[in-house]
Amino acid sequence: MTPLAKLLEAALFASAVPVPVDALRAMAKHADDGESTLDSALAELRDHYDTDGHGVELIEVAGGWQILTRPEYTEAIERAQLAARPQRLSAAALETLAIIAYRQPIGRAEIEEIRGVGAGAILKSLHERALIDIVGRGEGLGRPLLYGTTPAFLEQFALRHLEELPRADELAIALRAPRQTPTSVAATKDNGEAPPRAD
Amino acid sequence: MDDVALVSPTRATDPGPSEVFLVELAEFSGPLDLLLSLIRDEQIDIYDIPIARIAEQFLARISTLKLDEAADYLEMAARLVRIKAQMLLPKREGDDVWDDPRAELVRRLLEYQQVREVVDVLERRSEDRRGRFARAYTQQQIQIPVAGPLTISLPELLSAVDRVLRLARKPHIHDVVPRALDVDGAIGIVRALLSIRAHAHWRDVVPKKAEPWEVLSLLLALLELAKLGELRLAQPRPFAAFEITRDPSSEAA
Repeated sequence: MTPLAKLLEAALFASAVPVPVDALRAMAKHADDGESTLDSALAELRDHYDTDGHGVELIEVAGGWQILTRPEYTEAIERAQLAARPQRLSAAALETLAIIAYRQPIGRAEIEEIRGVGAGAILKSLHERALIDIVGRGEGLGRPLLYGTTPAFLEQFALRHLEELPRADELAIALRAPRQTPTSVAATKDNGEAPPRAD
Repeated sequence: MDDVALVSPTRATDPGPSEVFLVELAEFSGPLDLLLSLIRDEQIDIYDIPIARIAEQFLARISTLKLDEAADYLEMAARLVRIKAQMLLPKREGDDVWDDPRAELVRRLLEYQQVREVVDVLERRSEDRRGRFARAYTQQQIQIPVAGPLTISLPELLSAVDRVLRLARKPHIHDVVPRALDVDGAIGIVRALLSIRAHAHWRDVVPKKAEPWEVLSLLLALLELAKLGELRLAQPRPFAAFEITRDPSSEAA
């Protein structure tokens, strides 16, 4: 490995959280390794783990890089009680997170409108887990708090950045939507039971 | 029909402490979720929902699920019944285009279905991430003592005082003994010596292992006597011991 790749490996090993790209870049600049750039050194380290057969791998996440154990060793590590998988989030929490991720900054009322249920307790819980943060206050009555996702959210969902989530127009249902305009269904004598199709 | 199979299998954790009464069934995360599940069960086209049938099933389901107290579910039930009623109204004559009372519901269901799709993505990703461990090192937090009311019992306090006192019992302080120079006494010594010897050396005057104050007293005594003319001091060469000689004139006096 080049000296820079080894330096980065040491730095990433020393950190318990993803090391931001800016911090790595500063280290690379300081190290002044003529032959390799930050990108080439990171690629070298990743290839080193992938091709030589290592128990860990290099992951790009939340605007930084991190060394993580490979999934095939999860169970053995958990059995040995060296580490434990974090708890899963409830469906309600995931729905709320999904809405915030796409619509941020977003207020509580809008979230509740989309989900059809109260969101207060879940917002509080997500905020306590540092997955969301208050990013501002909206216009209008009561100047409602507006929520947004945090870097911890990206980290927990193995996202490099928010753009890695599927774009709204890539979602299956969005592609089906223009098939028929629900507001202009042809008039039928409808008794509420399976009205005839408009096509 | 199988409720559980239709919904995401991962619904394990409690959403956290809540200050409000929170209805969350294992299977459904809200009325839209329940409605969507009914629509999927019946394999109904979401754009053409048979409202009367779905409304009936929805009401039946929330009563069997003991959900009839949950306002969110009841609100949806009321909405469905209202849409059902609107569907029964005869359309106005001459209208080519009919405003479907279901339109708003369909829009919300589609929006919600998108959310569910994103949830699937998030679930897959978080499952992948959960299976990987990072280094577990956490930086030691330096505990800054915060000022607050003491929570300490009297015995604890007394034993702490005892510990401190035991540590601080013997303060090692240098004793300064005030000891004035005894020039008069030294003069007496020198005079006594010179009364028996005409010549003497410094080392004859100063006793062995003399204290600094004795040395100083003798030196000052010699200088004083020399000034008075009772003796003469002479040093034959630099750094040599100086000689003390009885002054012949004083002897004469």
